[in-house]
This record gives sequence, C-alpha cells and structure tokens, in this order.
Amino acid sequence: MSFNINEYYQRLSQGDVLLGYKGSITSELINEVLEAVEEKLEKVNESGKTRKKIYNVLVESMQNLYHHIEESHEGIEENLEPKFGVLVVERDKEEYKVITGNFINNKKIKFLQEKIDKINSMSKDELKDMYKFILNHQKISAKGGGGLGLVDIARKTGKPIRYEFFPYNDIYSFFNLIIEV
Amino acid sequence: MEPLFIEGTQKTPSIDFDPSKGALEIKGRSIPENSIEFYKPLVDWLETYSEKPATKTVVNVHLEYFNTSSSKCILDVFKKLESIHKSNNDVQINWYYEEDDEDMLEAGEDYESIIRVPFKMIEIVD
Repeated sequence: MSFNINEYYQRLSQGDVLLGYKGSITSELINEVLEAVEEKLEKVNESGKTRKKIYNVLVESMQNLYHHIEESHEGIEENLEPKFGVLVVERDKEEYKVITGNFINNKKIKFLQEKIDKINSMSKDELKDMYKFILNHQKISAKGGGGLGLVDIARKTGKPIRYEFFPYNDIYSFFNLIIEV
Repeated sequence: MEPLFIEGTQKTPSIDFDPSKGALEIKGRSIPENSIEFYKPLVDWLETYSEKPATKTVVNVHLEYFNTSSSKCILDVFKKLESIHKSNNDVQINWYYEEDDEDMLEAGEDYESIIRVPFKMIEIVD
C-alpha cells in the first residue's frame, strides 16, 4: 500500500508532543511555531543551552522546508494545501526530536540522500571546515537558502541526521527527517 | 554621513550605526527568511562609509540567535569592515555571547578565522 499522510501524521503524534502541525509552511507560521515552542520550553524550565539548540534547529529545519518545499503537488490524491509540510516537536525521555515531513520530487532524492550521508559521516572538525567553506565560497541561492542548514544542524546537535523516503507515486516520495537534540 | 538606525523585530536585529563616531551595533535575533533584503541597507551604508571612515571603527555584535541565511550576510558586513581595516584604519569587532553558549562563541571564532580584523570575544555573565 502506498504512503498515507494521515496515518503518518497520527503515528508521529503519539509521543510526548510539544507541537504538531500539518499544512502550509509560511513565514507567519514559522513565527508562531517559534513563539509557541519557546514558551513551552520556558514553562518546563529547560536549560538555556538546550532551549537555544532546539530553537536553532527549529529555525533551520522550518526555513529549509520554507525554501525548498514543493509549491504544488500534482497527482497527489489527498487535498493538500500549497507548500504543504509537516512539523512535530516531541520529547522522548531526556531528549527532544524535531521531525519534518514533505513531499519531494523523486529526481531530488539522490542529491539530498548523498548530502545527508556525507554530513553524517563527518567528524566535528570536518563539519566545521565544511561550514566555513560554504559560508565563505558559496552565494546565497535565489531561493534564499544558503546550503548551510543541514550542516549547521549537524554541528549544533552533534548527532547523525535520520531520514527516510517513503515512495508515493512516479513523481513524488515523502521525505521524513528526524533531528535529535 | 547620516546615521542608520533600524529597529529590531521578532526576526531581525536592531542596527545602530553612527558613522561620525565609527560605532556600529547589531543586536537581537537575526532569523529572517530573506536576509539579503534585510542586510542590504547596512552593507550599502558601510560601502559609503568606507570611503571616509572614522579613525577608529568599533563594531559590537550582540546576537542571541542567527540563522544560516543571515550568517552569509554577516560575513558580507565583516568583509566590508575588513577592507576598511586593510586601508590602514583601526577596526575592532566585539563578539558578545551569553555565558555557556558555546555555539555562539564558536560562530564568532569561525568568523575570526575567516576575516582579518581584530576580534574580541566577550562573555556576558548574568
């Protein structure tokens, strides 16, 4: 059976969820999410260090969605809003997870997979060098993304970035990204 | 030359640039989706300023958060300062970070290793 977005979202929402959202990823939504998560982390007295890391990871992962997400989703049966994405922030024992999901054109999978695998294989110092190289040598793309988001996330969390691609149809797959903070 | 003042918002820092004193302060959060648009006025101001800078330029960078898109624009700002420094003017960048915020300290050190301007890392203790 092919991938089902509602089942996927329900499965994600079973843990200790601080925030769950599925719909259009807009600039306003990013503001609202940041504000809500910041408030919740303050309430549970999370340490400043952890709060900052989660905040940073949230900004980068949501802006990655914002800049790279598919505008529309032709041939996808569910009635999706434009710029559709999924975001869940949950607590799992002592750590936090930021999970994002979005439909991705199958043609882009190879590039993304290779990029994440490469980042995951690198040491802290190698990531630092890669970050500095991209910072100093690459222009910001027309979309506004700097190509630095995933590298920055890996540097700040110090953990491998987990991901899965669920095949959907000939054109799209669903990309699930799990960041542990 | 006119001063440049931009008020801070939820996603953008305050900018306070007084060319006559050679004083620039960038303070707050820098996480806009479109950072080029936000930093353009400052980069333009510095371009003009570099033609006739103050004897000493002191830059205070006091950021709580910045996104990777801003990181490139901040580098552009620092590159302008580097060229002012290169033409034999005194330039100093003070990079503030909160106590125990190692990520912010490390970010400052990344810039320090790229830009040839004297940096001072200043820890803010509550």
